[in-house]
Amino acid sequence: MTAPHLPSAHLLEVKDLTVDFLSLGGAFRATNGVSFHVDAGETLVILGESGSGKSVSASAIMGLIDTPPGEICSGTITYRGKKLDDCGVEERRDLNGRKIAMIFQDPLSHLNPVYTIGWQLAEVFSAHGVATGAEARAKAIDILARVGIPEPEKRIDQYPHQFSGGQRQRIMIGMAIALHPEILIADEPTTALDVSVQAQILDLLKKLQAEDGLAIIMITHDLEVAASMADRVIVMNSGRIVEEGHARAVFENPQHSYTKTLINALPHADDTGGTGRRSTTDVGKPILEVKSLNKYYGLSSGFFAKNTQLHAVKDLSFTVAKGETVGIVGESGSGKSTVARVLLRLNDVSSGEALFHGRDIFKMDTRELLGFRRKVQMVFQDPYSSMNPRMTIFDIVSEPWRIHKDILEKSGWRDRVTELLGLVGLRPEHADRYPHQFSGGQRQRIAIARALACDPELIVCDEAVSALDVSVQVQVIDLLAQLRDRLGLAYIFITHDLPIVRHFADRIIVMKNGGIVEHAKTEEIFRNPQHAYTRQLMNATPRPKWEAASAPLPA
Amino acid sequence: MTIPADTKQKPTARFQVLRLIARNKLALAAVIFLTLVVLCAIFGPWLMGNLVDKPNFRARNMAPFSLAQGWAYVLGADTLGRSLLARLIVGAQNTLGIALFAVFFSMLIGGFLGLIAGYSRGALSNVILRVADIVMSFPSLLLALIVLFSLGPSVSNLVIVLAVTRIPIYLRTTRAEVLEVRERMFVSAAMALGAGHMRIVFRHIAPIVLPTLVTIGAIDFATVVLAESSLSFLGLGIQAPEFTWGAMVATGRGYLANAWWIAFWPGLAILLTTLSLNILSNWWRTYADPQQRWRIELARSKKGIPEKRT
Repeated sequence: MTAPHLPSAHLLEVKDLTVDFLSLGGAFRATNGVSFHVDAGETLVILGESGSGKSVSASAIMGLIDTPPGEICSGTITYRGKKLDDCGVEERRDLNGRKIAMIFQDPLSHLNPVYTIGWQLAEVFSAHGVATGAEARAKAIDILARVGIPEPEKRIDQYPHQFSGGQRQRIMIGMAIALHPEILIADEPTTALDVSVQAQILDLLKKLQAEDGLAIIMITHDLEVAASMADRVIVMNSGRIVEEGHARAVFENPQHSYTKTLINALPHADDTGGTGRRSTTDVGKPILEVKSLNKYYGLSSGFFAKNTQLHAVKDLSFTVAKGETVGIVGESGSGKSTVARVLLRLNDVSSGEALFHGRDIFKMDTRELLGFRRKVQMVFQDPYSSMNPRMTIFDIVSEPWRIHKDILEKSGWRDRVTELLGLVGLRPEHADRYPHQFSGGQRQRIAIARALACDPELIVCDEAVSALDVSVQVQVIDLLAQLRDRLGLAYIFITHDLPIVRHFADRIIVMKNGGIVEHAKTEEIFRNPQHAYTRQLMNATPRPKWEAASAPLPA
Repeated sequence: MTIPADTKQKPTARFQVLRLIARNKLALAAVIFLTLVVLCAIFGPWLMGNLVDKPNFRARNMAPFSLAQGWAYVLGADTLGRSLLARLIVGAQNTLGIALFAVFFSMLIGGFLGLIAGYSRGALSNVILRVADIVMSFPSLLLALIVLFSLGPSVSNLVIVLAVTRIPIYLRTTRAEVLEVRERMFVSAAMALGAGHMRIVFRHIAPIVLPTLVTIGAIDFATVVLAESSLSFLGLGIQAPEFTWGAMVATGRGYLANAWWIAFWPGLAILLTTLSLNILSNWWRTYADPQQRWRIELARSKKGIPEKRT
């Protein structure tokens, strides 16, 4: 697919963009001399890990950088030959949404929960003075149909929480394309979604691009997503462009060492050999036995509806042995996180038992529970909210020692924190900072350091690496594998991403709607998946655009 | 909470707070004024001696800004010819004492009960809330009147009454915030680590709620000073010859037409004290939040270590 080039200028061109963020520490350079352009009908992917400056580049186009602390030091942004820097606030606002639109990572937090979807879609039209009242509503219904929401006439009066994550992202896309913009900036549009939903959203974007001749600037850290969407790619690292070119060339023949590391970090779906990160020691006797675990959530829905119950976990049984990694794989809503919360007694169980060294977790008294919580640690899904924003990293990592007084003398805390931070790849001076000063990946490392602080036997990782960059994911998994072999740890590794656990888990449990659909050794699952759902999960990984030639897209 | 955690590791941090305050002109003015008021409260009675209740009939209702009777009468004198300046300085002790203790105790008790009511889901939470509702639905001045009438007016009773009537405000606010904070992920994380209820409430939840309470407390300070003055006016507050700024306003009220300064100066003192507390609590709230602190730190300096941003 070749883009129709304008003779003189590109549709949008960013030249030599340098953005600083000021802090007490002085200026932090978020982007440094970044230049790129995009043409109609073309997809430009900005690929980079967190902190690489990719989002800043895109926010600069929309004029969304807060100044201060941000400061645009140099650079021009030209749209159709017009310098955006020279435009007034009014003009720029009109351009945003009408000509340049943006969609964000988290569709829940960008939709207002107290208004109906129809109201919010209609607002797009009325804000730009295109249509009001019944006309806006009709247009809103059209858009919902266009982005693939079933029964749009009925669903237009529903509220955001009544839609699934994928549907919310569709609605966001609908709002973005409502005024037929020429450029769509998509900032990590599928990161918060399940793999199978991700594929649908990417298809939708491709379809809309084909229909409207949209120029898409897509920001992502996910190489597979990048490969499936990109015509051209720019790779960013520490605020600079390290590599740019046509997608296929970059992916098949990367030049820069950073790009090579990124691409090598990818768990290849067709790779059968690697078992490197699985446990090398023989698995010992079971330390945790879960027997027919059930969990119901009561859903009371008003006066008239009957009290319904959601069967979140159905009759789940499995064992975890010393030094073993059990992967629990499933999409959101499959009940996998509930399993973790129930096993750690954060939520009550409905029925069933879980024996940890022969003692039933659900029947432990306070004293026993304290001992249990020293031996079993959890790494949470969201590193942004799992740490108290008002505590320093030192306080966070040393908290287990404050709780379990017999682990370590107070005089040894500082050294041990330094050691633990070193173990997860952070520097000693990081101990005095606060969580918000770190990137997602760094925060997750801090969470792992905290989990390791009280020498646990079992660590429950709930989507522990999902929020991390690919190369960091590999590092973290390597780290976990290494710790397991050295310390004899066992893991319950909960994830939605099947390829990730392939080289790490010894056994895999595939869950769907609260029940186990498949439970087998990792090799068997990958060699010979028994259940259709497992196969569907495996095939949901996006395929590179140049390989998906069977479905050519009109330009 | 946050600031001690910082100072523990860096001895220079304490001076850094002062340096940062000095950078904000408004906050600096507030600090200077409050220091002055506190110094007055501590040393005032000793400095002024008997000037406070020595009648000087030549200076009756003397207008301010005149040095005819010496420096002590620069702000004028009241109907008995007592120096207003001296009375302001000495009155600071009772005023600040009563108001600070009342605000402090109501914040402490209200905050504590609010933490319990928000954190525990049981019957205890309901009992606390209903009691707070009863206190709230009863007109606070009437309650104060009844209590003071039956217990007899004294400074300690006054503090108790003023504190009790303000408790529900802190209680309700704290509870509402706790309900939100307790659902955050880091509370689950602390639970998974084995943290007890005390640790979760006081180490994890309380530091997040505290800045809100301090802000309310600063605003409430003026309310308490005025409530105390109205009780004094009714004869149930502070008893002569003791006096407070509030009582001075109350007595000066009748002379507003011909001697405005009697009520004006103590009124101004109350206003400036409350304003200073407000400015300072606002500044502190920003400072205490690690995510907001850059706004203060950034105000002027632009050098130092670069930080990694997300």
